Amino acid sequence: MSIIRRPMNRRGLLKAGATGGLVLATPTIISRSAWAETNFRNDPTNSKTVTFGFNVPQTGAYADEGADELRAYRLAVKHLNGEGDGGMLSTMKPLSLNGNGILGKKVEYVTGDTQTKSDAARASAKRMIEKDGVVMWSGGSSSGVAIAQQSLAQEMGVVFMCGLTHSNDTTGKDRRRYGFRHFFNAYMSGAALGPVLKKEMGTDRRAYHLTADYTWGWTQEESIANTTEGLGWETVNKVRTPLGAGDFSQYIAPVLNSGADVLILNHYGKDMINSLTQAVQFGLRDKLVNGKNFEIIVPLYSRLMAQGAGENIKGIYGTTNWNWSLQDEGSRAFVKSFGQEYGFPPSQAAHTCYVQTLLYADACERAGTFNPAEVIKALEDHEFDGMGNGPTLYRGADHQCFKDVLVVKGNENATSQFDLLEVVEVTPASQVTYDPEIFGGELGPYKV
Amino acid sequence: MDAIVLQILNGLDKGGAYALIALGLTLIFGTLGVVNFAHGALFMLGAFCAVAFNHLIGLEQVVVDPTKTTAWGTPLETRVPYIEAWLGDTGTAMLNYSVPLSILLAIPVMLLVGYVMERGLIRHFYKRPHAEQILVTFGLAIVLQEIIKSYFGANPIPQAAPDMVRGAMDLGVLMGFDPGTVVYPQWRIVYLFFSLSVIGAVFAFLQFTTFGMVVRAGMADRETVGFLGINIERRFTLVFAMAAVVAGLAGVMYTPILPPDYHMGMDFLVLSFVVVVVGGMGSLPGAVSAGFLLGILQSFASMNEVKTILPGIDQIIIYLVAVIILLVRPRGLMGRKGVMET
Repeated sequence: MSIIRRPMNRRGLLKAGATGGLVLATPTIISRSAWAETNFRNDPTNSKTVTFGFNVPQTGAYADEGADELRAYRLAVKHLNGEGDGGMLSTMKPLSLNGNGILGKKVEYVTGDTQTKSDAARASAKRMIEKDGVVMWSGGSSSGVAIAQQSLAQEMGVVFMCGLTHSNDTTGKDRRRYGFRHFFNAYMSGAALGPVLKKEMGTDRRAYHLTADYTWGWTQEESIANTTEGLGWETVNKVRTPLGAGDFSQYIAPVLNSGADVLILNHYGKDMINSLTQAVQFGLRDKLVNGKNFEIIVPLYSRLMAQGAGENIKGIYGTTNWNWSLQDEGSRAFVKSFGQEYGFPPSQAAHTCYVQTLLYADACERAGTFNPAEVIKALEDHEFDGMGNGPTLYRGADHQCFKDVLVVKGNENATSQFDLLEVVEVTPASQVTYDPEIFGGELGPYKV
Repeated sequence: MDAIVLQILNGLDKGGAYALIALGLTLIFGTLGVVNFAHGALFMLGAFCAVAFNHLIGLEQVVVDPTKTTAWGTPLETRVPYIEAWLGDTGTAMLNYSVPLSILLAIPVMLLVGYVMERGLIRHFYKRPHAEQILVTFGLAIVLQEIIKSYFGANPIPQAAPDMVRGAMDLGVLMGFDPGTVVYPQWRIVYLFFSLSVIGAVFAFLQFTTFGMVVRAGMADRETVGFLGINIERRFTLVFAMAAVVAGLAGVMYTPILPPDYHMGMDFLVLSFVVVVVGGMGSLPGAVSAGFLLGILQSFASMNEVKTILPGIDQIIIYLVAVIILLVRPRGLMGRKGVMET
């Protein structure tokens, strides 16, 4: 082998010149697009379709909530592909989508079962990413599961749009660049509830917490206790209960003679249904303590939980991300689409999942690519309206949406089986906004 | 003191449910020698008999009001239960008492379920190892759960106790405490008396009837009873069905306490097995007394005073007691010699 470099011949010079000229002559927009469209997982550039993954609890305690999420996702896909009445696409502002899929590609989807277990959710999501080639996945009804999936999203470089997750940790200490949450959180519940509790129950109260013993329960307990202590309430006790305890009577009985006049149930799903039902059976709502009516608070409500707890929810305060009875343009459009499709109104879980799907799709359209790094940038600090919660900001610093929060109470005069929650107050976004640094956490890099 | 009384009541109540399930488990194990992991599912099926009965008598007449529309634009439907439209106040009262009335549905349904289960599946596993019995009955439990879930959904379905016993009762006044210190849900008191009655009825049936005498003889020495020309198999089939009814009734009456869902049986199953082991395999009085004992211990372990000293004790107390009992009395509290020892 010769180590002497030969001088460039005439043909080589011509080739190099032609290549260089071609590169320089290419319009900037094409080269940017070409660059953006490469080097990311599951690039759908050469396909006529783009696939989303919907990973929801199809089995286990949250299967009904998962079924409602799936209904919403199907509706969102239908609307993205220009079928049906368009739902919130007719109210969403600003809107880059035009009802012909995303960037001209028809949207398809695959589904998975999280079983409300972190490992099962990760396995299902991994299958969707590796086998089905999804560009984004979404869903879920548990903070533990959402946090586990966000980590996977960051590892795999595929965007995860959270479903129902209310723990501060999701966009706090466990926030990830590839994870986005539209749903509100425990801090916001506390901030929204505070003024209403002060007005309805005063500043001289003694609160007793029963808390589900996992990430969401802990953060909710902390946030609500901070709020109530800020009002001047005393926290009598904070008792952790095992997840899925079933019979909570042994935890409720000590409340009776604890001197507390408020019971705060930091429970969700089946735990909330059981603990609230049993607390009411123990006569807590009819009790007079410290000269005041005993009150029960359920900081996070959902319609499905309200259905499970039956008439025990009457008059009990809590917060919710959205309720189908809202009369804004976006909510009415969504309720109409969903109701006509399925015969009943959507739950808050369905709403957040539907909105997340449209927001992701719109971000792709605005970014002009499915490259997650660009889509993430399009979602960060994006401001939108017409999606049922008033003007909303997808904050770039922690990927948390900031919007109005609903304070609700169990409807005492329900007119139908779905009319379970009465909106007491719409707390403006400005009152529930906080410094992203208070919960710590690092988003991580755009490129993985 | 009032807190202790409350936890004793709680424990007795919880123990009542454990005892009823464990009683059925022990009956089946003592007679057929089968470890029935589908027993929790029978409890759940009983609970869903209450739900089904409520749905049945609550069937509604749908009247469409074309002048009004829902939020999604379809005509508004007004619903009135047929039974109220037809029977007036009697219909309303039947709806109010739907949980206790559903016992009338649960008894034949659970008898049939028990009979079909034993004849159709369990009997093929009498002579198979316990591990295989556990696998097949556990599999059956999952199938039953999924059937219920596919029809009724996964969300708990609340069942209300009758108005008369829906509230709480001030037991403190009766016991000499200050008013309002020992307040206890009325339906839980009803449940406690109900479970004691069912347990009493099962014992009386086994103790004072010829059928019961033969079954007890069969439990003690199956072969000798066979030599006497008695078809013990047939009687044991009925015992299985009876155990299914006991579990089912426990489930029916538990629905106002715990809104039933498809998974509720599994939550009770593991605890009931521990109850059976602590009480002594095959011992009916052992199962009942262990049920109440563990129920009370579980309640006491959840007291804040106890949890402050031993955090997390409420979640392990039952298993801790089981370990201690098995170390001190390997056959359980009232276990018979020779059961599961060959």
